[in-house]
Amino acid sequence: MNTNSNTYTIVYATVVVIIVAVLLALVSQVLGPRQQANVQLDQQKQILGALKQDISNCNDPAALYFSLVKDTLDVNGHPVYVAEIEGEQKFVLKLKGAGLWGGIGGYLALDKDLNTIYGANFNHESETPGLGALIVELPFRQQFEGKHIRNAQGEVVSVAVLKAGTQAEGQEQVDALSGATITSTGVSDMLKANLAEYASFLNELPEAEPEAEEVIEENQTSNQTEE
Amino acid sequence: MALSQKTKETLLGPLNANNPVVVQVLGICSALAVTVQLKPALVMGVAVTIIVAMSNVIISLLRNTIPMRIRIIVQLVVVAALVTLVSEVLKAFAYDVAMQLSVYIGLIITNCILMGRLEAFAMTNKVWDSFLDGLGNGLGYAAILIIVAFFRELFGAGTLLGFRVIPESWYVANGGFYENCGMMMMPAMALIIVGGIIWAHRAINEEKK
Repeated sequence: MNTNSNTYTIVYATVVVIIVAVLLALVSQVLGPRQQANVQLDQQKQILGALKQDISNCNDPAALYFSLVKDTLDVNGHPVYVAEIEGEQKFVLKLKGAGLWGGIGGYLALDKDLNTIYGANFNHESETPGLGALIVELPFRQQFEGKHIRNAQGEVVSVAVLKAGTQAEGQEQVDALSGATITSTGVSDMLKANLAEYASFLNELPEAEPEAEEVIEENQTSNQTEE
Repeated sequence: MALSQKTKETLLGPLNANNPVVVQVLGICSALAVTVQLKPALVMGVAVTIIVAMSNVIISLLRNTIPMRIRIIVQLVVVAALVTLVSEVLKAFAYDVAMQLSVYIGLIITNCILMGRLEAFAMTNKVWDSFLDGLGNGLGYAAILIIVAFFRELFGAGTLLGFRVIPESWYVANGGFYENCGMMMMPAMALIIVGGIIWAHRAINEEKK
């Protein structure tokens, strides 16, 4: 058989491509639900991380997640996870931004005063291992705990990520990672931009009112927008 | 297990005398990218070994049917399909590792070692030999990656596989005398280490002759 004729070449190429396409489609179909579950579990683990839960020895993070996170609100398409830890209500906001090589993201847990940071967790797609990728590690994340996202006047001003030794004006700050300036700036910008996205949630909530009523109110607002 | 001389050469040659990275100088780009820490280097080494061995077998099986004019395309399709498979399987069963390697798994497709072995060996050799050749080359690649990552993680971060090797109390920050070498974290340093390995490797092999 002449394996160099045009007809043979075209038929061969077609058959190979069809076989590969069918194979990959099949694998994608079979593994799809499992991958979806992984993505969801990963998200739950990250939210647990922002809520300062140690899940390294936890057998069933999903169960822990559902025992802590009571409700999910929607603020203009951005989720707010309402969790309860030792009787205290916490609000977890989702963050999304850009690092050096690719996207970065994270979750910011706020106390019920919507000012004090309870915990923070970050993730990244492709930051440099050992440099920018250190934003996911505890030493960096723990700096955020107890910081305030509002200034003395109660305006939401975010928290700056700055080189040690420099002073932020009118807002609180944490130390940037050395050797990872762009990633650090990315975290800083991400916090600022995302907190602005949540402005309606952060500013509408009257601090004096009990949180439970507010949750219902929030739900009503989101229902109304849907209608 | 007794191996014939030829089998031995096919399997073990790429580990030393014919190493794909330090002798043929292939696959350097990924050697720079994934060697900051030991763990991604290990996973990358295993992934490349599996993919080279499997694609070598498949191309060797097809070698008499592949039209000469589109052989590179056929090789590329096989490699790309295998890489996509590995990436999908990792996402389903080892999500954390898949996230850590992120784009580099996809970049295995562009690893010159793969195309090099397919074109130079699998197209003209029997299936079993091709499998051994793929295995040998994958392991030869993995070995260099692991050596480079060992030095970079040890001197760059003071850890190995994430475990602390250089005690915290040695660091200047804690009143000690030691500081991590930031240069080790840069891709340039990987190139310098690879250069050092090539130098040592040539020097040793020269003596043997």
